[in-house]
Amino acid sequence: MSAQPGDIELQVDGRTVRVTSGATLLDACRAAAIDTPTFCWAENLTPVNVCRICVVELAGARTLVPACSRKAEAGMQVLTDSARVRTSRKLVLELLGSSVDMSLASDFAPLCKRYGAQPERFGPRDTPSDHRDASHAGHHELGNADKAASMAQSVKIDNDLFVRDYSRCMLCYKCVEACGSDAQHTFAIGVAGRGFDARISTELDTPLSDSACVFCGNCVGACPTGALMFKSEHDLRAAGEWDESKQSVTDTICPYCGVGCTLTLRVQANRIVRVTSPSDNSVTAGHLCVKGRFGTAFVADRAPDSGTGQPPT
Amino acid sequence: MLWGSNARETHPIFFHHVLKAVKRGAKLYVVDPRRTTTADWATGWLPVEVGADISLSNGIARCILEEGLEHKAFIARATTGFEAYRASLERYDLARVCRETCVDESLIRRLAREYARAPRAMICWTLGITEHHNAVDNVLSLINLGLLTGHVGRYGSGLNPLRGQNNVQGGGDSGALPHKLPGFQDVENDALRANFERVWKCKIPPRKGWHLTEMFEAMGRKELTALYVVGENPAQSEADATHALERLAGLECLIVQDIVLTKTAAMADVVFPASASFCEAEGTVTNSERRVQRVRKALQPPGQARDDIQILCDLSLRLGFDLRLPSAKAAWDEMRSLSPMHRGMSYERLDKKGLQWPCPDEQHPGTQFLHARLWADPIEGPTAPFHAVEHSPPVDLVDREFPLRLTTGRRLDSFNTGVQSSAFASPMRRGETIDLCPHDAHSLGVMEGEPVRVISRRGRVVAPVRLDPGLKPGLVFMTFHFPDEVDVNLLTIDATDPRSGTAEFKAAAVRVEKL
Repeated sequence: MSAQPGDIELQVDGRTVRVTSGATLLDACRAAAIDTPTFCWAENLTPVNVCRICVVELAGARTLVPACSRKAEAGMQVLTDSARVRTSRKLVLELLGSSVDMSLASDFAPLCKRYGAQPERFGPRDTPSDHRDASHAGHHELGNADKAASMAQSVKIDNDLFVRDYSRCMLCYKCVEACGSDAQHTFAIGVAGRGFDARISTELDTPLSDSACVFCGNCVGACPTGALMFKSEHDLRAAGEWDESKQSVTDTICPYCGVGCTLTLRVQANRIVRVTSPSDNSVTAGHLCVKGRFGTAFVADRAPDSGTGQPPT
Repeated sequence: MLWGSNARETHPIFFHHVLKAVKRGAKLYVVDPRRTTTADWATGWLPVEVGADISLSNGIARCILEEGLEHKAFIARATTGFEAYRASLERYDLARVCRETCVDESLIRRLAREYARAPRAMICWTLGITEHHNAVDNVLSLINLGLLTGHVGRYGSGLNPLRGQNNVQGGGDSGALPHKLPGFQDVENDALRANFERVWKCKIPPRKGWHLTEMFEAMGRKELTALYVVGENPAQSEADATHALERLAGLECLIVQDIVLTKTAAMADVVFPASASFCEAEGTVTNSERRVQRVRKALQPPGQARDDIQILCDLSLRLGFDLRLPSAKAAWDEMRSLSPMHRGMSYERLDKKGLQWPCPDEQHPGTQFLHARLWADPIEGPTAPFHAVEHSPPVDLVDREFPLRLTTGRRLDSFNTGVQSSAFASPMRRGETIDLCPHDAHSLGVMEGEPVRVISRRGRVVAPVRLDPGLKPGLVFMTFHFPDEVDVNLLTIDATDPRSGTAEFKAAAVRVEKL
């Protein structure tokens, strides 16, 4: 009997799960209501399976497999909470947590607890370095054995729309995908360097304003760790004024062209502080252009106390 | 086929969908005088001469007919006027078409074959088609191609104007047209008008009104002496700005309702400060795919700014009539009661993803594409007519005195007269420029960034040069985004299509002088 769509039957943690043809093991886990962590996966991006947090154990496979991109096949036997899986996820969390500032990734601390990860066991993070962009392949200095190798570095602020804090970057590639072939097709950023030197960079590390960047901010929308952040949010956080308990979130439609993109406006103190779009939206798939993402400033500038209630001159 | 559309920059998120299709193997043809960033993604780019669109579409049609690739069954069952159309194409031999359009014959033939043979094909256009003195004929010529090949009324096929503003579709749908009541119901139809009169409890003038261009003409004749402008900046957006400003200044009464003090508002006798409709008020907007979506209030409007509906209702009350519309939802529900195509679209149903009209009842799922009736057996409703249309070059002729063709458009990070977009600090923004191809710049002896004088038969401006190798010699480009610095509409011509009322922003004749 040939397989019909919807016919794939597999075992996940001993339970029989049925998924449609083309589904991934992540889909199967979710169908079985098994909470499976992901960092680099997003519903509106092609899986790049780099973060390895979603790995599961597949009977007969030599290595653990990434659930986000491995297609489900009939008869597979999958374990999501075996000792191997738990150890692997724990180590991923520890390596990330020891080198990257994950404090704005809301799911990170609960995951560390769930898997008993102790990122601090590698020692305190090494001192910040602003020379990461000058790293060349094959040239390495031995790290300080008492300290955890670190991504810590200064925030890059080279425009008024968004900032890049690569101390927070876990190299999930979501920004690269959103800038590139999954949405924007601008290809302004990529991963430069190899190994621990790997970092997100523009061509030759030029400032964004000199790069191919068109400031759609789809990288910001995709970033799960706050490495890429609206300048408005960055400034509020720096001033200690960012307060999510005082924010409202409202869906509306972009005021510009006739495409009709849904804008999710995050508002604090009657000012728009962040603009995103739902990743399951049929018009946008979560992506916006520079006008929708950043071009709503004009409403705030009309406020009587903003001092610019005059027509542009 | 994207015709007269730089969607990569002007409809960027629509273009994401195009890119997905291109990656799956779809062919993309771009017809545009400029090699835009849209054209960079095309299978084929047809660098049509400004204003030669009808010649090109007629040439494509002729190729399709010569090779017998027309959809004979569809033409026979669903169209009228084919023979007259075919006869009109006799005058468009490819030698003439290539001469008028400056497009290679091989490219025209390739596009004709691929368009006609494609299982599904779509033509989308923007202002490159409609901002001409013969805009309606331009559109009709594209409709002819759709009818000739049967690429209408089926999923994945069709003819789509990409709307330039977030509710230009919804404005027309809800009756902001001089000849239509909400739901495209003809104001001169007594029975339809009576429905509205019953609900509105008033008499509606039984004749169609003026469109924007006719209003400006009437202002010139002093037949129109009072103007109420809502959310528009004609002092800066009208072609031939000198002329437009004279007419606005000659009004006895100018009322402007807007979210900022625009140049038009600065001329007004009375200004009504309004809330920003997309984030300080409730309501709906309708996008290019006829999808009605909700806009919601996220912010308190500043100062004394008020909701547009409140302003209109209060004004009406002062004039002695109670509109009885306490909210946007009440206004919407009233329209649903009068416009059959909106009837099924309750606020509850619009909440998440909106609905595409027509949606006649609350069980109806909305309509993904129009004109499927042309494929019903037998066809439902009237047949679709071909229209024989003739090439008509731009009104503002290029000659020895004004040797360059100026065409206008938008850039990615700016919008129209800049009222909204000028407030955010785009790192890409360079202000207004006159874009020249390197060859023309060299001939004129001017360099990138050098200010030059641009002169048309109507006015003159000074702007710095930007070099754009995507322009061909003789073609120059400007925008309307920075009218306070460089008022490009001093140069443009108000030659207007008599039916659509749209001016020929896409074609002025200019000369450039070194300062």
